[in-house]
Order: sequence, then structure tokens, then C-alpha cells
Amino acid sequence: MTAIDDPGSEATGEERAAETPIPDEVAELDAAVATAAAERKQIRAERRRLLLRTPGFVLGVVIAGFWVICAIVPGLLAPYGANEAVRVDGSVIARQGPSADAWFGTDTIGNDVFSRVIFGARSVLITAPTAAALATIAGTMLGLVMGYYRGWADEILGRIIEALLSIPVILLGIMTLVVFGNSRIVIILTVATLFTPVVTRTVRSAVQAEAQLDYVTSAKLRGESGPFIMLREILPNVTGVIVVEFTVRVGYAIFTIATLAFLGLAADDFTTPDWGNDISNTYNLIQSNNQWWPSIFPALAIASLVIAVNLIADSLDKVRSS
Amino acid sequence: MLRFIGRRAALSLVTLVILILVIFLLTRVFPSEPARQLAGPFAPQERVDELNETLGLNDPLPVQFGNLLADVLTLSFGESFSQPGVEVLDLVRPALWNSAKLVMFALVLTVPLSILGGVVAARRKDTLVDRAIVNFGLASASIPEFVSAVIFQYVIGVRLGWLPATTLIPDDASIFTELRYLLLPALSIVLVYFGYIARITRAGTITALESDYTRTAYMKGLNTSSVVRRHVLKNSLQPTVAVTGTQIGYLFGGLVGLELVFNYPGLGNLILRAATAPDFPLLQAAVITVAIIFMLSTLAADLLIAWMNPRARLNVGAG
Repeated sequence: MTAIDDPGSEATGEERAAETPIPDEVAELDAAVATAAAERKQIRAERRRLLLRTPGFVLGVVIAGFWVICAIVPGLLAPYGANEAVRVDGSVIARQGPSADAWFGTDTIGNDVFSRVIFGARSVLITAPTAAALATIAGTMLGLVMGYYRGWADEILGRIIEALLSIPVILLGIMTLVVFGNSRIVIILTVATLFTPVVTRTVRSAVQAEAQLDYVTSAKLRGESGPFIMLREILPNVTGVIVVEFTVRVGYAIFTIATLAFLGLAADDFTTPDWGNDISNTYNLIQSNNQWWPSIFPALAIASLVIAVNLIADSLDKVRSS
Repeated sequence: MLRFIGRRAALSLVTLVILILVIFLLTRVFPSEPARQLAGPFAPQERVDELNETLGLNDPLPVQFGNLLADVLTLSFGESFSQPGVEVLDLVRPALWNSAKLVMFALVLTVPLSILGGVVAARRKDTLVDRAIVNFGLASASIPEFVSAVIFQYVIGVRLGWLPATTLIPDDASIFTELRYLLLPALSIVLVYFGYIARITRAGTITALESDYTRTAYMKGLNTSSVVRRHVLKNSLQPTVAVTGTQIGYLFGGLVGLELVFNYPGLGNLILRAATAPDFPLLQAAVITVAIIFMLSTLAADLLIAWMNPRARLNVGAG
């Protein structure tokens, strides 16, 4: 809590000092803030080094990086197209288990499961981070206002957030998608809306703690406006919390979007490769035909990506609080 | 303590009313022409008008919301739309009972196991054991429950054949047969929640172990196991109780994917069916049921914490 990143306040403090004569206590506070700034740079470099030495972080980045590459240039790794039937000696092999021709086997119409898993990374890596980013932006703004101003608006919004958090995200997701349709845009906006209350709560409590610190008092005494204090003073100091929260939300967004797709609630044209949709379309085959490969491999892909993202989030959080 | 219970219950009610408002918005206000959706695209206009009348959809929105609140108070949610003639409550009740069975079974497995894991990890902080428990928990909690359900179903249910792969329990099954059928879905739940609860317990235990009263207990000559049992656990388990209380609500309604994989007739499956039908009366009743369970379980958790720690009784509503 004491180690804070605040590149903004030091410069502005000096500028203001040159302009107007200021009371002694303000000057004192500003001086304290300025000396702390030098330490912060060092702390940040230290943290970066610490992060790169955390095995969990490195492993997470490697796995997530692999899927990002798959999402950007799937053709690099996939031996077939996402909708290209595997042919051996000219004839399509469908419903085949893993073999040398198709590492992860083929699905009911002969598509290569391995290639579909590679191509499938793109869909979730577009929707999940976008939804998480929107939720983080909205939650940060709400959290800043609620945590800084407090008062009745905070009280009322706080109650609404409590209420929204008291029901499983997936249920609200199901209801929203049924009402508003199941296109990709609706899914992104739904997940973003559903995650906003959690982000707001996290940011709000961080902001509330910051608002009681000296540098905020100092800014208030300088006569800074509320928006300035929130955006230029408090926000830089809660970035750590926000970055961790964003990473955690990306993990949950992948989780939630995949679940919604699995439940058959996401738009599905059967040609666009998508892990959740692919599992949804094929998991019945496990029991009826003993064909596990078209669903288990995308399932493992989802698991690996969420684990990777959570490893990153966990390491970031540990380094931040150390 | 009575005042604490009163204030805490009042807050729960406020939250519940807000939540019913959200459900009201999603099922009555946002859908354009819910009656048309219910009647189907080819139904005659008279049928739609009739539905609007019987459902009270012609009333002003505040009146409709008041009616819904009254319905909740009197537990009269009306008839289902997907199954005409069937009371909504008669559909919710068996699903609620099924969810309760699965959730209780899963909790009986998860909670002791995760507390044990969390305490062991805390006692051996920064050792290999600790790291193994923490990392296993992080990984297992990251896997969506429908993913682990699909994998368990294939590996344990189909491939190894150790346990039934579905939950189509025979009618005359004994309690043990029933539990055998529930074991695979319960294991998928254990996998998700072990990491979560163990992690909270570990953090709570580490704080408690480093506290002054623990040092005092050691200094007055107690051995480790009585220190942990008598002093540490009562404090360190408070976050665990809080988290478990919250999770019970999620377990009742949030296991939609898992219930779908195992074809389990719980609340999650019911809500999914009600939403896709769409059967708005059933959807409202089922989701409000989940919300009420969440209220009750968090309330119970808070009371338990207040009993464990008198200080917690002071700051109700502060958090």
C-alpha cells in the first residue's frame, strides 16, 4: 500500500508551487511526495525483474502467447483449414481417432480437430479480452467516482452492485442473450456488463483507501478539481489493482463465453471454429459413439488458456502486493 | 445479536428487491412483445391479446412490478408456458430438491478437503507441499466446470467405467446408489471449488498463525495441534465460511453447464430450458429461487461469522 506508482503528482506539484504561494503544510506534503517518487521508479524496475523470475508468470505467458500466435496466424501451425476435410488416398476420413494423418482425429464431417482447435483460438481471443477491457473501463470510472465522492450515489450503486453479484453471472448471461439475441457483439456487451459490478467493487475499495492518503489531501488543499484528483492523482496509483483485475476478468470472460457457447446460446454457423461451440456440438458423441476427441481437445484448449491467464494474473497480483 | 440479525436481514431484503427488479426488466420490459414470443410467430393476434390480458402485460410497468413482488411474497408464480396447466412451482420444487442434493453432497466432499488443504499449505508455507496445493488449486479452479465434467464423464464414466456417466437415477435406487450417480458431477464441483476455498483458508490461517494470540497460546505451553484447533481455526475459518456461503448460492443456479453434461434435472437445467423456450413465469420463479437461496446462505454465513467473532457484529452494512 505504501509503495505507489505516481508519475503525475510530482510534476504537477512543482508546477503549482512555482505559480502561487502555498501554505507550509502543502509544501511539506509535496516534498514528501517528491522523495517518494524517486523510490517508485526503482521499485517498478525491481518488480519487473521479479515478475520475469516467477515461473508461473513465464509459463502463463508462454501458453497464452502460443494461443495468441494461433489466433493471429493459424495457418502457420494448422496442417489443414478450419473447414477442410482430411483426405487419405483421395477419400475423406471422418470420425477417426487421433492418427498420424490427423493428430487430434477428425470430426463427423471429416474436419481435422487439431486444425480447428488452432483456428478456434481467434474467436475467444477477440471476444474475451474485449469484454474484459470494456468492463474494466466502465468499472474503473464507476469505482473512481464511488470511492472518491462516496455519499448517497455510492450507497445506491453499492446496493445495486451487491444485488447483481448475488446471482450467478451465467444466469444473467443466459437471460440477457435470450432477450437481446446471440450475436458476437451482444455476447461481448453482455459479458462486459456482467463483469462491470465486480470491477467496480474492486476499484472502489482501492480508491477509497487511496483517497485517505496524504497526496490526495495535498491535492485537495492545492484546490484541484475532483476529476483532476481522480484521474491524475488517484488513478495512476491504482493502476496495479486495475491491471490485475483486468487479467483476472480476461480469464473469467473466456470461462463465461465458452460456457455460454457450450450451452448453445452463442451464434453458431458450424463453420466458424470456436472451442465452446465445437464442444457443444460434439460432446454427445462421447457417450453415444465413444468419440471423445472432437470435444476433449477443445476442452483442454479452453482449460490451458484460462490456466495461463490466471497464472499471469496471480503472479502480477503477488508481485504488486510484495 | 438480535439487532445484528435484524439489520442484516433488512439489507438482504433490499438486495432481493433490487434483484427482482433486474429480473423484471429482463423478462417483462426489455423483451419486445413477450406475449408474441410466448404465443409463437404464427399465433393469431387474438391469442396474443388474450395472453397480454391474462399476464397483466397491459398494466403500467410499476403496477406489473408490484404484482410480481406480490407474487413472490405469496409464492404464486402462476402456470408454466412451455407446459400449460402445470404450476410453475411444481416444476421448480423438484429441481430445487435435486440441486440441493447435489450441492450438499459436493459441499460435504469439498469443504473438509479444502480446509485440510488450506491449513496444511499454511502450516508448511513456502515449502513444496504448499506450492503444490496452491498451484493445483489455481489450475483446477481455472477449468470451467463443464470442461472438467466432459473430461470426467469420458475418462471415469465411459473409458474406465468406474462410475455411472449420466445421472439418470433409477426410481427405486437406494441412497448409496443415488450418491454413486451423483459422485461424478460432485467431483467436477470439488475440482472447481477446492482451489478457491483452500486458497482462502490458507490466507486466513497464515494471518492467524502470525498473530499475537497464537504466540500467546504457544507461550502458555499448548502444543501445536491444540493451538491450531482451539485458537487458529476459529479465526482463520471466518473467510472460509463467508466464501462458502457465497458459493452455495452460485452452486444452486450456476452449474448450468455441468447439469447439461450429466443431464441432471437441477435448477440450472430448468433455467436453461425456461430461458430458451422462453417460459417467462418459470424463468422468473427459478431465478428468484436462486436469488433467495443466495440471500439465505450468505445470511447464514454472516450469522455464523458473527457467532465466531463478536467484533463482526458491529459493522453490518459497512462492506
